[in-house]
Amino acid sequence: MFNRIYAIAKKEVRELKRDKRMLLVLFGFPVFLLIVFGYAVNFDIYHIKTAVYDQDQSTLSRNFVSSLTSSKYFDLEGYVKDESKIQSLLDTRKAMCVIVFPKDFSKQFYSKQAVKIQILIDGVDANTASQVKGYLTAAVASYSQKIQAEVLAVERQNTYTPVDIHPAFWFNPELNSTVFLIPGLIVMILIITAVISISLSVVREKERGTIEHINVSPLSTLEMLIGKIIPYAIISLSIAAFILFAGFILFGTTVKGSFLLLFISTLIFLFASLMLGIIVSSVANNQQVAYQLAALTTLLPSTLLSGFIFPIESMPVFLQWITNLTPAKFFLVILRDIMLKGVGISAFWDQLVYLIIFALVLLSLSILIIKRQNAAQ
Amino acid sequence: MNSIEVQDLTKKFGDFTSVNHISFTVRKGEIFGFLGANGAGKSTTIRMLCGILEPTDGDALVGGFSVMNDPDSVKKKIGYMSQRFSLYNDLTVEENINFFGSVYGLYGKSLTERKKWVLDIANLYGKEKLLTDSLPGGIKQRLALGTAVIHHPSIVFLDEPTSGVDPISRRSFWDLINDLSAEEITVFVTTHYLEEAEYCNTISLINAGKIIASGSPKELKTNYLKSTILEIECESVVTAMEILEKENFVDETSIFGNHIHISVNDKYKNEEQIKNILTNQNSIAVKSIDKIVPTLEDVFIHLLEKPES
Repeated sequence: MFNRIYAIAKKEVRELKRDKRMLLVLFGFPVFLLIVFGYAVNFDIYHIKTAVYDQDQSTLSRNFVSSLTSSKYFDLEGYVKDESKIQSLLDTRKAMCVIVFPKDFSKQFYSKQAVKIQILIDGVDANTASQVKGYLTAAVASYSQKIQAEVLAVERQNTYTPVDIHPAFWFNPELNSTVFLIPGLIVMILIITAVISISLSVVREKERGTIEHINVSPLSTLEMLIGKIIPYAIISLSIAAFILFAGFILFGTTVKGSFLLLFISTLIFLFASLMLGIIVSSVANNQQVAYQLAALTTLLPSTLLSGFIFPIESMPVFLQWITNLTPAKFFLVILRDIMLKGVGISAFWDQLVYLIIFALVLLSLSILIIKRQNAAQ
Repeated sequence: MNSIEVQDLTKKFGDFTSVNHISFTVRKGEIFGFLGANGAGKSTTIRMLCGILEPTDGDALVGGFSVMNDPDSVKKKIGYMSQRFSLYNDLTVEENINFFGSVYGLYGKSLTERKKWVLDIANLYGKEKLLTDSLPGGIKQRLALGTAVIHHPSIVFLDEPTSGVDPISRRSFWDLINDLSAEEITVFVTTHYLEEAEYCNTISLINAGKIIASGSPKELKTNYLKSTILEIECESVVTAMEILEKENFVDETSIFGNHIHISVNDKYKNEEQIKNILTNQNSIAVKSIDKIVPTLEDVFIHLLEKPES
C-alpha cells in the first residue's frame, strides 16, 4: 500500500516539474497576491489632498493650516482665491477636502467668541470621507485644546477635561492594517493553491484517459487520493512558510503564538481545502471547468465571506450562516489568534473541531461521488 | 482450463440494457476477439470483466476470481490497455515503466528485470530518458502493452489497442500479441479491424447487448454463412448494387471498393443472369464475376442484417 502511494506521489512531483504553467500558478500567484494585498490594499488613509480657502489671511489661520499639513495625513495642495474655485477643485478631484476660514476668524477668536471653520469633503467614497472627517475633527479638537491651555495659562488658571478617553489598541497597537491582513492573505493563498492544484491534477487524468489505467490497476481510490494529496500538501505548507517569511521581511509581521500550533492547524486546514479540491475534481470533467469551479469556490468565499476584509458580525444573518460553508472563515480566526494575539488552543479549539468535521464530510462526499460515477459509466 | 468464464452477465443503466445475459468462456492462452459495433456493449463487458463496473446480474470468473464478489483480486490478476492511450505523456519512458511497475507491486530486482523486457519489446533500449509524448504512435502502443503486462498477468485485456496506428505497426503489434499468447497469457482483445479478427483463435460477435455468433474465424465463415458469395467487378458500383438488391435471387449486397459482394440463394442459376440485368437492361459494363470464399466482413454483414428472431 505504501509503495503504491509513494509511486503516485513520485509520479505527481515529476509531472509537476515539467508543467511550467502549473508551477507559475503555484509559486507566482502567492507573490502576486502578497504584493497586491501588502502594498496596494491598505485601509489606512494618508496624504489627503487638502486645499484652503483662507478669507481671514491671519497668522492664526496659517498656524492652524501648518499644524495640519505637517502630519503625514494631510498634503497642502494650495490656497484658493475665491469661492467659485472650490467647486472645480472638488469636481476635478484635485482636492479631497477644502478648509474654509471665515473672514473674521482671528477677530472672533481674540474676542473670545467661539469660531467656526467650514470643511468641505468629497463624499463619493463614503468610507474614506468619514475617515477624513474623523481626522479633521480630531485635529481641530487637539488644536483648540492646545490653544485653550495657552489662553488659560496666561490667565493663571489650570485646565482640565471633565471626561477623557485613553484608547489602548491591543494586539496591533499601531492599528496597522497590513499586519491585520497577513493572516487573511495566508488563508486565501493557501486555499486557492491547494484547491486548484489538486483538482487540476485529478481532472487531468480524466481528460487524458490515464485514469482508466489507474482504475483497472490494484490502486484503490483512497490510495490514489492520498498519493496525490501528499505532494500538494507539502507544496502548500512551503508556500505558507514563504508568506510568513515574506510578511516578516516586507511588513515586519511576526508570529506571537506557538509555531507548533500554527503548523498543526495549517495542516488541518490544508486537509479540508484539499478535500474541497477533490470534490471539485469529481464534479468537473475537464481542466477548464475545474479551474473555474476551483476559483469560484475559493477566491470569492475566502475574500468576501471569511471575515478577511469584511467583518462577519456586520453581515445580514442569513449571509452569516453562509459563511460557514468556507473553511477559510474558521482558519482565519485561528491564524489571527495565533499570529496576532499569541493565544493558546483553548481560545480556538472549536474552530479546529469544525475544520476537521468539514474535511471528513467532504472526504466521504467525494468518495461517494467517485464511486457513483464509476458505476454510471 | 478456462481463464474467463462468463455466466449470464448483465448490465443495466436505468431502463437501458447494455449487456443482456451473455455467457461465454475463454481458454487459457488463447487470443479471444470480442467484436461489435460502437454501443453494442463491448466496453461495458470489458469494464465488468476488469472489476471496475459492478454487474447488475450474473457473474464472471476472471483468473478464478468473481468480478461480482472479489473485484480487487481480479485487478491483481489482469493487465489492461485501453483504446485511449493510457501512458503518461509528460513522463519519460523509464518513469512510466517504473510507475506502473510500482503500482503493480514490483520493486528492486524484479522491476529491473521486467523493465528490460518492456524496453526490449518496445525497441526503446537507450531511449529510456525520452519523453513519452515524443514517441511515434506505434512505439507508444508497444510501450503501453509492455506496461500493461509488466507484472506478468495471466490475462490481458486490450480495448481497441491498434486504433489510429499505421498498418505496418499494427502488423508487428499482432506479432507481439502472438508472443504473449505463446507465453500462456490469455489475450482478450476488441477491435474494429476485421482483418485483425482473423488472427484470433476465437471470436465472439456482440450486437445490442447479446452475443450473436462465436467460434473460430473458419467456423464462423462456414457455419453462419451457407449461401454462395459472388464478387462482381463493374462500373458504377453503387447503382449496380441498388439494381441487384431488388432481384429475388439476391439476399444481401455490400460494397468492397470497386467490387460488389452479393450473397445469392437457390433462385440463382448462372453469371448470365447478372450480366443480363446489368449490361443489357441498364448498360453497366461488368468486368468479372467470381465465386469467392466469404470474408469475416461478409459473415458479419450477414449476421447483423439478419432480422431479429
